[in-house]
Amino acid sequence: MFIKLIRRFPGIVSRLILGLGLWLSAPAVFADYALNFQKPVTPVAHRILELHNMILLICVIIFVLVFGVMFYSIFAHRKSRGYKPAKFHDNATLEVVWTVIPFLILVSMAIPSTATLLEMDDTSKSDLTIKITGYQWKWKYDYPDQDVSFFSTLATPRDQIENKAAKEQHYLLEVDNPIVIPVGKKVRFLVTANDVIHSWWVPQLGVKKDAIPGFINEFWTRADEAGTFRGQCAELCGKDHGFMPIVVNAVNPEDFTKWVAMQKDKAAAESASGAKTWSKDELLEKGKKAYAGTCAACHGVEGKGIPGVFPALDGSQIATGPVDEHIKTVLHGRATGKFGAQMPAFAAQLSDADAAAIITFERNALGNKTGDVVQPSQVKSLRK
Amino acid sequence: MSADHHAEHPTGISRWLFTTNHKDIGTLYLVFSFIMAIVGGVMSLVIRSELWQPGLQLVEPNFFNQMTTVHALVMIFGFAMPAFVGLANWMIPMMIGAPDMALPRMNNWSFWILPFAATLLILSLFMPGGGPAGGWTIYPPLSVQGGIGVDFTLLAIHMLGISSILGSINIIATVLNMRAPGMTLMKMPMFAWTWLITAFLLIAAMPVLAGAVTMLITDRHFGTHFFDAAGGGDPVLFQHVFWFFGHPEVYILVLPAFGVFSQIIPTFSRKPLFGYASMVYATASIAFLSFIVWAHHMYTVGMPMAGELFFMYSTMLIAVPTGVKIFNWVSTMWRGSMTFETPMLWALGGVFTFAVGGFSGLMLAITPADFQYQDTYFVVAHFHYVIFGATIYGLFAAIYYWLPKWTGHLYNETLGKWHFWLTTIGFNLTFFPQHFLGLAGMPRRIPDYALQFTEFNRWSTIGAFFTIISQLIFFYIAIRAMKGGAKATDQVWEGADGLEWTLSSPPPYHSFAVAPKVK
Amino acid sequence: MSTANSHYYLPNPSPWPIITSAGLFALALGFILLMNNVSAGPWFMLAGTAIIVYMMIRWFGQVIGESESGTYNAQVDRSFRWGMAWFIFSEVMFFAAFFGALFYVRQFSAQWIGADDLLWPGYDGTWPTAGPKGLIPVPAGTIPGANQFSPMGAWGIPAINTLILLSSGATVTWAHWGLLKDNRAQLITGLFLTVALGMTFIALQAFEYVHAYTELGLTLKTGVYGATFFMLTGFHGFHVTMGTIMLMVILGRAIAGHFRADHHFGFEAVAWYWHFVDVVWLGLFIFVYWL
Repeated sequence: MFIKLIRRFPGIVSRLILGLGLWLSAPAVFADYALNFQKPVTPVAHRILELHNMILLICVIIFVLVFGVMFYSIFAHRKSRGYKPAKFHDNATLEVVWTVIPFLILVSMAIPSTATLLEMDDTSKSDLTIKITGYQWKWKYDYPDQDVSFFSTLATPRDQIENKAAKEQHYLLEVDNPIVIPVGKKVRFLVTANDVIHSWWVPQLGVKKDAIPGFINEFWTRADEAGTFRGQCAELCGKDHGFMPIVVNAVNPEDFTKWVAMQKDKAAAESASGAKTWSKDELLEKGKKAYAGTCAACHGVEGKGIPGVFPALDGSQIATGPVDEHIKTVLHGRATGKFGAQMPAFAAQLSDADAAAIITFERNALGNKTGDVVQPSQVKSLRK
Repeated sequence: MSADHHAEHPTGISRWLFTTNHKDIGTLYLVFSFIMAIVGGVMSLVIRSELWQPGLQLVEPNFFNQMTTVHALVMIFGFAMPAFVGLANWMIPMMIGAPDMALPRMNNWSFWILPFAATLLILSLFMPGGGPAGGWTIYPPLSVQGGIGVDFTLLAIHMLGISSILGSINIIATVLNMRAPGMTLMKMPMFAWTWLITAFLLIAAMPVLAGAVTMLITDRHFGTHFFDAAGGGDPVLFQHVFWFFGHPEVYILVLPAFGVFSQIIPTFSRKPLFGYASMVYATASIAFLSFIVWAHHMYTVGMPMAGELFFMYSTMLIAVPTGVKIFNWVSTMWRGSMTFETPMLWALGGVFTFAVGGFSGLMLAITPADFQYQDTYFVVAHFHYVIFGATIYGLFAAIYYWLPKWTGHLYNETLGKWHFWLTTIGFNLTFFPQHFLGLAGMPRRIPDYALQFTEFNRWSTIGAFFTIISQLIFFYIAIRAMKGGAKATDQVWEGADGLEWTLSSPPPYHSFAVAPKVK
Repeated sequence: MSTANSHYYLPNPSPWPIITSAGLFALALGFILLMNNVSAGPWFMLAGTAIIVYMMIRWFGQVIGESESGTYNAQVDRSFRWGMAWFIFSEVMFFAAFFGALFYVRQFSAQWIGADDLLWPGYDGTWPTAGPKGLIPVPAGTIPGANQFSPMGAWGIPAINTLILLSSGATVTWAHWGLLKDNRAQLITGLFLTVALGMTFIALQAFEYVHAYTELGLTLKTGVYGATFFMLTGFHGFHVTMGTIMLMVILGRAIAGHFRADHHFGFEAVAWYWHFVDVVWLGLFIFVYWL
């Protein structure tokens, strides 16, 4: 009972004093100018917003009081008004008072904060587990119990980013494969990273957790309503840090089951595609798309790279040299020491068909004309 | 009877290269810091220009990241810190009644390391692969990835650290050993007090940064595994070591500015500083607390609950001594007889803007709420309110306050007020909207953003240009005052009190050749 | 006290600081180039080191000259003392960073990695460790096989080294007593013994490193154990080397008749420094070798 009261404390305070929440209604008044958090959709996100509003309010009140005194003094106690200076420079009582009162205010803030923090930390009794892995610069989602796994990359076309096409509503906040969660279920997330530190953040869910290579962090969420919630990577992770958004689709549990089944069909089709023999045109078409999603971030849309940081593929020794060497580079990475970054291994990220398509594309486009066609079977044989 | 051996007075360039005089070295520090301010300011304009609208228009993301990284390093290590060491050099001997700094040759050394270190830092931008692009916090593994430019930066940080440590040793030795007879510690001007404590923070914190940087270098080039889980290390280890330095660093930047406020507000209130002793204790408490709050920069890394709670509580506690300082300043003004010359405007503006940053800092201390604020523009707004709002305001306050003493000339008061008001408008226009951007969900360190963030980013960019262009007034005022103008009296300001005001304006070469008596 | 200022020595303008800074720049630049395999690197480092060493000889030489000619009064002496004390404090904080790192990996991160069965199955994080992908530790004192390393035991050379450093702390204090009693022979003998002990320590430490690299499979690259072991002992060894050089200078000055019972800051600064490396070693012995 007491705990419950404490937990509701910030909510009560903020409602009592703020009416229905001055800050929540503010966005409606200012149209495009969002002044506060995005609309919370989970219990924790609600709690955080209430806590934030309460503390902001306390801060504003103290600020107004203290600087009210200061501005009164500035107005009243000025030489130009003939005010004669007083002589006092000490007051022990006053100093004790303004040490103790702020301390008590802090304690009143710490109690609800602690309660919220403990609630956020409790990942037990979850209905579903999803593993998130951060990559430069995309997210991978694994549903170990459903046996579903996929990458999620930015879907905004290059043309919009480069101001060659009009930007659409969800500019930079749209992905090819959103993560899907069931509404009303407690979802436990395990988050880690493959290369550098990332941070998985969806404001409306009230979650942010760093993805640290070699370590697993846990957090949980429970969406109370269906919808699409958007977020971004929140820890600087290199060149395309600003271009690895997160999109969460919260759907009702039946739709979630359907979605899982669909993902499985897709995975089966993908693995079957590795067995067949592809024509050059099919490979080039698939390769162009896969290249844009996987390789263009570093090597550039045109294959020009960035001098000194990322090598150009146009005329590169790898992309015009022996085919097997090219495949191995893509699958297992390469460190020449000549460039600031090293080529990561893509074996875990690319299916045989995708890798074959990308390599075929790189050898016959981007200024290269080797004429080589690489089949998925050849990639498979070099996977070790 | 004068102090020994000032037979040699070289002129021209060798005066500046070889000088052992605290005023010359103070001037060198200040000139150097303003050159770096211009460099860092231009970088901030590159950043703000790119963020004028969504989409990539001006620079590549990789270069954008270099700009945010080097802007921060230049402003912190090249501008804010050296500027205040410059003030300390100029003022501390004069305020405590000493002929010079305690260790004059080392004083020159600690300055001359800086331009060489800055050269390394700036050179990094021109290396193949570019400069450091992993943020000024240089977190691994990202900073393990970069090229030779990162090594330039890391060695530059090492050299800057050596300079800071030497400078701080000198300041501590001066304050502890060079005070005029009768000036007990509890009679010292607040500026000397805050610098004494700051110097202690620097000596304790900078070597820890050197340790972090050293581990980063060996992880990059010598095969150690400090920050690599495969070898048993942890990337978060770097963050702990870095922020053990990084948090005291914040107070290193603001405490001397607090000292400046505590000198100026009594002068223009014509009333002694309220609660001198509690000011000293509050400063010492802030310094102590600054060493046990570091992990509040890392709430989202997945610390154990006990850590999250400890760092939340300890961080919140800082609000108490900080509050005491603000209350004391307000009480100093209360029933004073105030005038509002330029230094007073900067000091009051600084207290006000710092308080905004202080309150947002309290909000950031609340762990659950910080999960929403962490790494957003709310944080960017917060630390600019603290570092610009307190440190830079404090610096300008100090310069306007003591410029007549240094040059012997009064500066143009009207222009000074223009400088203050234009900067204040521009600064708030730049950074206040960033609070909203952060709350609405815009991450920091991104070169491009979603459409709903456009309007506030526009305001911010306009504000940045406005602020920086306004600084031209300052350079004009400062150069004019150096060249000439109305003669300043020794006391300069009607309410000014302290040893520095007993010296002539400009003061003699060796400040107090004969030690004054302090009652 | 009122006349103290009139005797406070204020040095003339000096070229040494800026030239030393340039030497530091060359050293740093050379080190950067060296790490990135640019062939000019070592030459820059050599030039930088040469400048710094030359300048130290000239700069310290000048200070010693001023000191011996009686230019420094008691207040100047106190400034030097504060300076040295805070410099040593900064060194303490530098080592604290590495001790902190050791504490963190042992108490926290290695155990977290060990408890993580999803990413690192089959790894338990027991100290000493080179991490889940590193060499496998065998107990100290056993010969490691392929893919194995042996941590450094405490009770061989390290224990002897502890005795050596502790005795050297005693000999330098004995030398100080000699100086205070104006017993020049005791001063010189004490310093000579201290230098000899310091050099023995360095030699044994070098022997231990060779042993680690050639026989124990223990290198800087041996995961986080190797990293913390070599960085901590390596920086300590570097400081002992510096301290020994400083002691040799002091020994030379003692032989040349410098120092008086009431005026010997140079001696005391070096003695403080020596006690500092001594205490750091005790920390190393307990936390790196023993526990």
